[in-house]
Amino acid sequence: MSQDRIGLARIIITSIIALLLTITPLPNALNAARPDWMLLLLLYWILNAPLHAGLFYAWVCGLVMDALVGTLLGEHALAFTLVAAVTHRFQFRMRILPILHQAAVVLLLVLLYHWLLYVISGMAGETVSSWLRWLPAVISALFWPVLVSVLDTVNRLSK
Amino acid sequence: MASFSSDIRPIIGRGPSLVARSLFLGAVSIALMVADHRYGYLNSVRQTMSIVVYPIQWLVDLPSRVTHWTQDSFADRSRLRTENEALTSAMRDADLKLQTLAALTEENRRLRELNEAVGNVTDKRLIAGIMRVDLDPLRHRVLLNKGQIDGVFKGQAILDTHGIFGQVTQVGRFTSEAILISDPEHAIPVRVNRTGLRTIVEGTGSTGRLNLPFLTSEADIKVGDLLIASGLGGIFPSGYPVAEVTRVDRNPSETFATVEAKPMALLDRDYEVMLIWYQPAEVETFTGTGKKAAVPRPEKVRNPS
Repeated sequence: MSQDRIGLARIIITSIIALLLTITPLPNALNAARPDWMLLLLLYWILNAPLHAGLFYAWVCGLVMDALVGTLLGEHALAFTLVAAVTHRFQFRMRILPILHQAAVVLLLVLLYHWLLYVISGMAGETVSSWLRWLPAVISALFWPVLVSVLDTVNRLSK
Repeated sequence: MASFSSDIRPIIGRGPSLVARSLFLGAVSIALMVADHRYGYLNSVRQTMSIVVYPIQWLVDLPSRVTHWTQDSFADRSRLRTENEALTSAMRDADLKLQTLAALTEENRRLRELNEAVGNVTDKRLIAGIMRVDLDPLRHRVLLNKGQIDGVFKGQAILDTHGIFGQVTQVGRFTSEAILISDPEHAIPVRVNRTGLRTIVEGTGSTGRLNLPFLTSEADIKVGDLLIASGLGGIFPSGYPVAEVTRVDRNPSETFATVEAKPMALLDRDYEVMLIWYQPAEVETFTGTGKKAAVPRPEKVRNPS
């Protein structure tokens, strides 16, 4: 029970940190290359704590993202939910992959996420089609091993 | 750590299936988006959400506020002196200009009365700070540190000291989101100051460049012309500078000329902007500005409180 609570607290605290990183001001050149922290964190918790980080968690995170970034309410929520569903479906296979293979799968998932955002915002009539839109997906995949090693270390130390 | 990495129970087969749950949450998201986009039903939900995320925005904005404050508090005497001198001389210049302007304003008002059109009167203004928070890099939006409790309303015009800056698109409890005139979704009705020619200026997605798509090759416009807000559309007060024409390309085989302009407002360098309340003149209620309306989601709230 208390273990559960510690796990939940950890998920919530890391989520808040991911949200902070999402809107931290960066120089313009770097801003376009910002990794999708919230999505990476979501994938990490789905693979490591699938009982806590379910679809509802993904949906709530997406909704908070919408409010934070100022997109249509539900835009990020839908994209997060669908990506989370796919990840849940393949979580057993993903968990046994070596870290670099895992990063490649993460690249596909992040591309799916950006494609979903692109389609949704396109339907709402406010899309920007520039190659810069796909840059964060690559950067996110590169950051995946870093995120996993940091969070694994934190989990091990505070066991 | 039993619940963390050692969980091997299948997710599928417990409770509603994965597909059912994702379909349900997906349907809820789509319903939310439709309600938000088509009907704007979710203003109260948005308000609540804006309060939820306010601490995060506040925290991210904190370092820049602290550095600003320390710079102000520990400014040395010589810097303050030079700044004071510069401000005094600027003030003197402005006062001189004001003297002639007072007469002109009076004359203008009399002429407008003759025309039975009431001029725009700026009733009230409010200085708002731009929060140092990065929103979507692909769209030109900023977060202002004034919200509903300060009386900010959707569609409110925003100026800086050089010209028109943008307008408010979302009002939260303590913050509000604004669209810059350089956002590709934004269009503003303008008038060429020299000739009175009316047209529309659209954003391009680059802060230094605006686009004038509806000028024919024969239109009387040249590089250096000042574009001022025409007041049509009822969002922006007329007469405030918007942009200066930087490029005019006339190709005789094309119907429309390629005209570009540079915004007067310092869109990427401002720290503080001004929100204004004004009464639009009756004759300027105008709908159908062409391709798009001046507001992204046309809903005009005009009560100033």
